[in-house]
Amino acid sequence: MTTGEGTVRLRPPNNTLDPRAVGWWRAQWLLLTAAPVVVLALLGALIAPARFWLLLPAAVLAVLGTGCAVLLPAWWFRTHRWEVTDEAVYVRTGVFRQEWRIAPMSRIQTVDTVRGPLEQLYRLATVTVTTASAKGAVRIEGLDHETAAGLAERLTRITQDTPGDAT
Amino acid sequence: MSSEAALSPSPEAGDDRDRSHAQGPGAAAPADWRRLDRRTVLASALVTGGVVAGAAVPTTLGLSGRLGFGAAVAWVLTGSLLLIGSAAGGDYVRWRRTRYRIGAERVELHTGLFLVKKRSLARERIRSVDLTAHLLQRILGLVTVRIGTGEHSGNDSTLELDPVTRPEGERLRRALLERAAAGSPGTHREGELAALDPRWIRYAPVSFVAPALGCAAGGAVLQVSDWFGAQGQVIEWIGERFRDTSLLTMIVLLALAAVVAGVVGALGLWVEMWWNYRLEREPGGTLRIRRGLLTSRSVSIEERRLRGVDLVEPLGIRTFGAARVDAITTGLVKDDEEQHGDHNTLLPAVPRRVADAVAADVLRETTSPTGAPLTAHPLAARGRRLRRACWAVGAPVSVLALLGALLTPVLLWTALGCAVVGLPVGVLLARDAYRGLGHAVSGDYLVVRAGTVRRSTAALERAGVIGWTVRQTYFQRRSGVLSVTATTAAGAGAYTAHDTGVSQGLGFAAEAVPGLLEPFLERVPPLG
Repeated sequence: MTTGEGTVRLRPPNNTLDPRAVGWWRAQWLLLTAAPVVVLALLGALIAPARFWLLLPAAVLAVLGTGCAVLLPAWWFRTHRWEVTDEAVYVRTGVFRQEWRIAPMSRIQTVDTVRGPLEQLYRLATVTVTTASAKGAVRIEGLDHETAAGLAERLTRITQDTPGDAT
Repeated sequence: MSSEAALSPSPEAGDDRDRSHAQGPGAAAPADWRRLDRRTVLASALVTGGVVAGAAVPTTLGLSGRLGFGAAVAWVLTGSLLLIGSAAGGDYVRWRRTRYRIGAERVELHTGLFLVKKRSLARERIRSVDLTAHLLQRILGLVTVRIGTGEHSGNDSTLELDPVTRPEGERLRRALLERAAAGSPGTHREGELAALDPRWIRYAPVSFVAPALGCAAGGAVLQVSDWFGAQGQVIEWIGERFRDTSLLTMIVLLALAAVVAGVVGALGLWVEMWWNYRLEREPGGTLRIRRGLLTSRSVSIEERRLRGVDLVEPLGIRTFGAARVDAITTGLVKDDEEQHGDHNTLLPAVPRRVADAVAADVLRETTSPTGAPLTAHPLAARGRRLRRACWAVGAPVSVLALLGALLTPVLLWTALGCAVVGLPVGVLLARDAYRGLGHAVSGDYLVVRAGTVRRSTAALERAGVIGWTVRQTYFQRRSGVLSVTATTAAGAGAYTAHDTGVSQGLGFAAEAVPGLLEPFLERVPPLG
């Protein structure tokens, strides 16, 4: 490492997501956990001989899922951050596997705003910024839906002003 | 066009510009519209004839047992004629109903009997015109022309003219790819950049094709004999040959036979793929690759699309000091047919020196960036690779050992054997993988190298980088390394420098594309 000139690192992006994202993630986790747990519990209630071996995993899954739903989203909220400057979109995601994505404004091709049913409930939206690369898409999940709309509009305006075919 | 055209909705109906041209071939200017070559009917009749002839012999033999020889021949002949006739008839209708036009702005293709498909491409968006001719087409002097825009949207971006005469194909290619001196002025040589050197065939047997073909040959023998219900006999016959020899000798001999079959197959495949190979630069700023013994292929790559080259060294040919050169171009063709093919291979496996020279010529550089000295990655990267190798060997071995302890000692011995063979191999590969890691900024290009089984040295034009992705897992954080990925519109879409030091990797990205990453970097005061 080039210790002579001091070390550099990526600074965290300026903005956090909307605090409601924590609730949204929790709801997602709980739903994700509920599906197999309900199925297992139902089967356990109906099939007497295998009851123990069906209810046990159901209970384990329920405990694990609830634990994750309580703990993880708060952690995610601290690591997921985003920032849009005049030159680039900058996003940090991930806990175990952190990922920083940078897409320059001049190379942005499309800006999509998506609001799933659960996101609508929490008044959140996901903004996806794609470039010409099949692997360079930048997603900002869990934005307040008005922030997202404003952001999408701003990005679209900037990219329209930039000439070239963005490859 | 007739009533079908009016009834069926055209896929391009929304396109106003197209509609203004598409008055129907009969109506406006019939002179512009061209047809495919008439001999396509003959070609498809001959192809069907060949297939039918292949099937006819066993069918006749099978039927003659029941119907008598004369009747069987009559039945089979009738059936064959019917099949050939319908294939030729179908192709005749297709030929009648297909026409194309090269307009000033658009290339149009109308085809289809009941649902008339009208498709058109804007000429300015055309990025590739590839010519292919299989053996029969070559004898008849025909080629299949594929006109592509190089966009991601799959089939809709490619027009296929199957077939036209060879001069017409060449004319189309030249007309559609010629741009008004768009390329940079002739600072670099045009004409032939590389031509086949028959000595290159020595790298064919050491490619991965050879063992694959060897295994395939063995499988094919068993499969075909199974069709005839003779698999048991074949195995018995082989057993008979080796009655007096030990099991080990038998295995060695059979493996040797497979290897020989694989080598012969690889040589044959190489000759068919690369015979008459030529790489040329044409005046319009296009690279053209021509190759093929039986099926001739011509692939054109517009230099405006070229974002770099990828020097690929699979383990087999790397041990003999050879490398292959792939083009990194925008607009991946995602057709099924082209995905398996090596349509972006510029140069087959050749000595490393030649590969570098050709790469430099292709990129219009004096020395190839793929040959530039690379910065090695920190030792932590080697540790990570060694640990990964130990896990990859250790996990299955311990499962085997556990099962062996519980069930049968044979598995214990297997586990021991796997460990004895696997660990050194894994460690060697891991060390080699570490030696392969490297990155550099060389002139207008950034260079990243990685891989051991398939080592790839990608030189990507710095102006072609359209974003960065930096990844760091928990383990990478502990080792103080991270992976820096340059995303691009070309080639694989992303080229990664794996396991670089934190400052090293970020410095590399910042140097490669000035201004993009800097605003997001911060200096860390050295600890203690």
